[in-house]
Amino acid sequence: MHDPSLRKNPLRRSRLLWGSALAVVACGVIVTLLALKPHHGKATPGPAVTRRLTAEQFQNIIADVFGEDIDLGGRLEPDLRVDGLLAVGASQVSISPAGMEQYDAMGRAVAEQIVDARHRDQALPCKPAAAADFVEPCAREFLSKVGRLLYRRPLTDSQLQAYVTAARIGTETAKSFYEGVALSVAGMLSSPEFLFREEIVEPDPDRPGQYRLDAYSKASQLSFFLWNSAPDLKLLAAAGAGELQTKRGLARQVDRMMASPRLESGIRAFFVDDFRFDEFETLAKDSTLFPKFSAQVAAEAREQTLRTIVDVVLERNADYREIFTTKKTFMTPELGSIYRVPVFNDAPNGSPDAWQPYEFPAQDPRGGVLIQVAFTALHSPAGRSSPTIRGKALREIMLCQKVPSPPGDVDFTKFELASARGETTARQRLAVHATAPACAGCHKIMDPVGLSLEHFDGAGEFRTTDHGLPIDASGSLDAMKYTDSSGLAKAVAENPATPACLVDRLAAQALGRVNSSGERAWVKDLKQSFAASGYRMKPLIRDIALSDALYTVSAPAPRSGNTQEIGQ
Amino acid sequence: MNAKLTRRSVLRGVFNGAAVSLSLPFLDCFLDEHGTALASGAALPPVFGSWFQNLGLNPGRWKPDRVGAGFKNNVELQILDPFRDRLNVISGAKYFLDGRPLETHVSGVQIATMGSLPLGTTFDPSLDTFIADAIGSKTRFRSVEISLTGGRQSLSRSKGGAINTSEPSPAALYARLFGADFRDPNATQFTPDPLVMARRSVLSSLTDERLKIMSRVGASDRARLDAYFTSVRQIEQQLDIALTAPSPIETCSVPAAGVQEEPGRTVAAVEKNNKLFGALMAHAIACDQTRVFNINFGTQGLRTPGGLRDWHSLTHEEPIDPKLGYQREVTWFINFATGTFAQFLAQLDGYREGSGTVLDRSLILWQTDHGYARTHTMDDLPILTVGRAGGRLKTGLHVVMNGDPSTRVGLTVQQAMGVSVNSWGKLSNQTSKPLTDILA
Repeated sequence: MHDPSLRKNPLRRSRLLWGSALAVVACGVIVTLLALKPHHGKATPGPAVTRRLTAEQFQNIIADVFGEDIDLGGRLEPDLRVDGLLAVGASQVSISPAGMEQYDAMGRAVAEQIVDARHRDQALPCKPAAAADFVEPCAREFLSKVGRLLYRRPLTDSQLQAYVTAARIGTETAKSFYEGVALSVAGMLSSPEFLFREEIVEPDPDRPGQYRLDAYSKASQLSFFLWNSAPDLKLLAAAGAGELQTKRGLARQVDRMMASPRLESGIRAFFVDDFRFDEFETLAKDSTLFPKFSAQVAAEAREQTLRTIVDVVLERNADYREIFTTKKTFMTPELGSIYRVPVFNDAPNGSPDAWQPYEFPAQDPRGGVLIQVAFTALHSPAGRSSPTIRGKALREIMLCQKVPSPPGDVDFTKFELASARGETTARQRLAVHATAPACAGCHKIMDPVGLSLEHFDGAGEFRTTDHGLPIDASGSLDAMKYTDSSGLAKAVAENPATPACLVDRLAAQALGRVNSSGERAWVKDLKQSFAASGYRMKPLIRDIALSDALYTVSAPAPRSGNTQEIGQ
Repeated sequence: MNAKLTRRSVLRGVFNGAAVSLSLPFLDCFLDEHGTALASGAALPPVFGSWFQNLGLNPGRWKPDRVGAGFKNNVELQILDPFRDRLNVISGAKYFLDGRPLETHVSGVQIATMGSLPLGTTFDPSLDTFIADAIGSKTRFRSVEISLTGGRQSLSRSKGGAINTSEPSPAALYARLFGADFRDPNATQFTPDPLVMARRSVLSSLTDERLKIMSRVGASDRARLDAYFTSVRQIEQQLDIALTAPSPIETCSVPAAGVQEEPGRTVAAVEKNNKLFGALMAHAIACDQTRVFNINFGTQGLRTPGGLRDWHSLTHEEPIDPKLGYQREVTWFINFATGTFAQFLAQLDGYREGSGTVLDRSLILWQTDHGYARTHTMDDLPILTVGRAGGRLKTGLHVVMNGDPSTRVGLTVQQAMGVSVNSWGKLSNQTSKPLTDILA
């Protein structure tokens, strides 16, 4: 299992320091190429996009390139959700002045650590004889190496010269070689080529008149999709050698990357995005109403759901839809208290790992991610539960259905009367929606879904009564009727929109935008193969990673002014 | 490898390489105009602030008793009586949907701030960013964004999709404004920091190389990169300011850091943090760290302690009290929010600068998402302006707009703050008619 604490594992070393040693074992995994699926062609490719690195990608790259022990010491710009995904919003956002202050400060903090007394000898291939000496060959070698990793492609001569010059000017002004080099690296970390993932496009030699990503853009597309981080040295080498532009070479890299433990980072990143876990940042519960709910519980709830998913789709390579129905999960003592199940830490004395595998009994209506705190509490207001909010979240997140906004001219009189009559359970209050035609249309697709989760209060705690009255958790999802949350879970798992939604989102995440009309056929094919595989995510991910659609783009956007050739 | 380079060879190498700025000649440009506007005797620069308070007011309880000058505030605005001579109450404005569906609590915000509804995911910039372009580029911060109820949501958006994130924590804002990078303009000694000098020189040397990306990308990405470069220019501006001998600002004093409440959704936290934010902004303006700020009250999750329903839910669910004729709890929240605004204004007004106050040279635009939240009305909106922006605005007036687009106010405010614009907004929300009644 992935544990966030692993991110501090000293064994996971930076690419910068140890990459060259690893490069020797380049192609350990060779698969039967005959097994490759026919590649999905497509009529009209979508456009190339320029994406801002997400906060998590920024952190991952710093850890990968410079090591786990580098402290960012800052907070990144929040990402923007578009069409259900931050990965899609990334192609529409820029960097605000306040955000730039943060990037600038973090870039300098990172660079300072690379050249501090602890790291400088490992990082730099030389030592200056005197502090203020500018050792050009050394700076050039170092900046070229770092630049290739941060820019995800080799620096052009002119880029490298600019950074060497910057380091020289920095050394001269600050009277310190290390300071000069650090300022130059900080410059790289705040450069547009680092902060934005620009896709560079070239004519496709196999398909005259069409365009594809160049090899390095292709490497980034693949690496951010599978690992949520920049390409490693092997992938860059494959791009540099032209290997990545061959089907065989691409397959070799995809299989190597899918065999890496870092695939879990990619899968986690997808679900963090898809399940809107960025909202944990602002999640707060009223402590007088929900005394058990703490920041620790919130963090563990998020982790619990991710562990549950990773267990299903990665560890067990099981049917994706099991994430809704599985009785298996993981608990900590704090979570146990919310779920009202006993959790004993039977780890060896002194073990910091409070996580325990836990399985709900077969007859328990609980199981799957929908009843978990990371769903029920995340989609509740601060002081109570809301079947409407939960129903809306379920429709939008799990089924990719958009629930229309309420009409502007709602007459709340009936609703107010219900409140005045003292009708207190959510079911009683929401029943009013059914009597008002303007409300009924939308609420009937949200409320019955959410009402089956009423056994979980606004902080996700299990309960059997609401305001002293027993909870009726029956409900319906589309045509399926059921009596409790396990019925809801089953209905979601069996709904055809559920796996289709996953495919749409995964494809959109990989592309950094919603599918263009020309890509629909490709996505349809993906859905069919996903079903044929028994809804296993790993083959789906591999399918997407090997698709031409991911690397074929429409003609480059017209440029104006003093243009230069693409790729130069 | 360890070839020792002399300063001369460094300079020669630089000259032989790409065209870059050098540290020494570069210093000349630090001796620029910054601060002269604040030299003693000169007029203090105008300041723009926005305050967005969702969920409207109660009909019949906010409109003044008469049109024009000499009005008396209605009950829900009486808390603003101390500022009545510097207040304009604008009634009768409308948000136009032009056939688009009403997204409650969203459409109104968009029209109020951007003058239009977004097409797909293409948003127009918010009006504060045009004002920041006009008056914000000389200060350390082009603008400062604050969220009062936790979270980092912001209504300030630049062209190219840069969302100017809000700061929910007074302590973090204090560190940003008055922390290590703050330079007291009244410090008796000025020694430029060699490291800052190095940072500035390095940044400057990279500019040409960075700009090359602009020639590679398409039009929509170019707008986003433009926003990025604007943000980089703020960093450069901050370094330039740090390297320039400051002009003393007599009235600038550095505030003490205060103890904040955890940014959150309870009224106690909002009340306490608002006071801290108010004090910080007064000092920040007085010390010319910024001339534009945006405050998002962000009311959607606001509750009283132990209260089951937040303000927003109450607007839907609370019956109208038959005796009072309005929703009792909702009205409590309205009064709380408007009281918070009054408290903020009092803090700007409490900071004296010569014969006036920080509030006197400010123009603060108060807007809301719906006229009446209970029924999500989009007309007869209350809009307020406070402050004369150093004489750029006439005040003490109740202006009636008779169903005109709300954007007339936004256009007026932009013109008052010196933006060269004669038309703002789109479709029915487009206008080229400022409110001449209040333009000085």
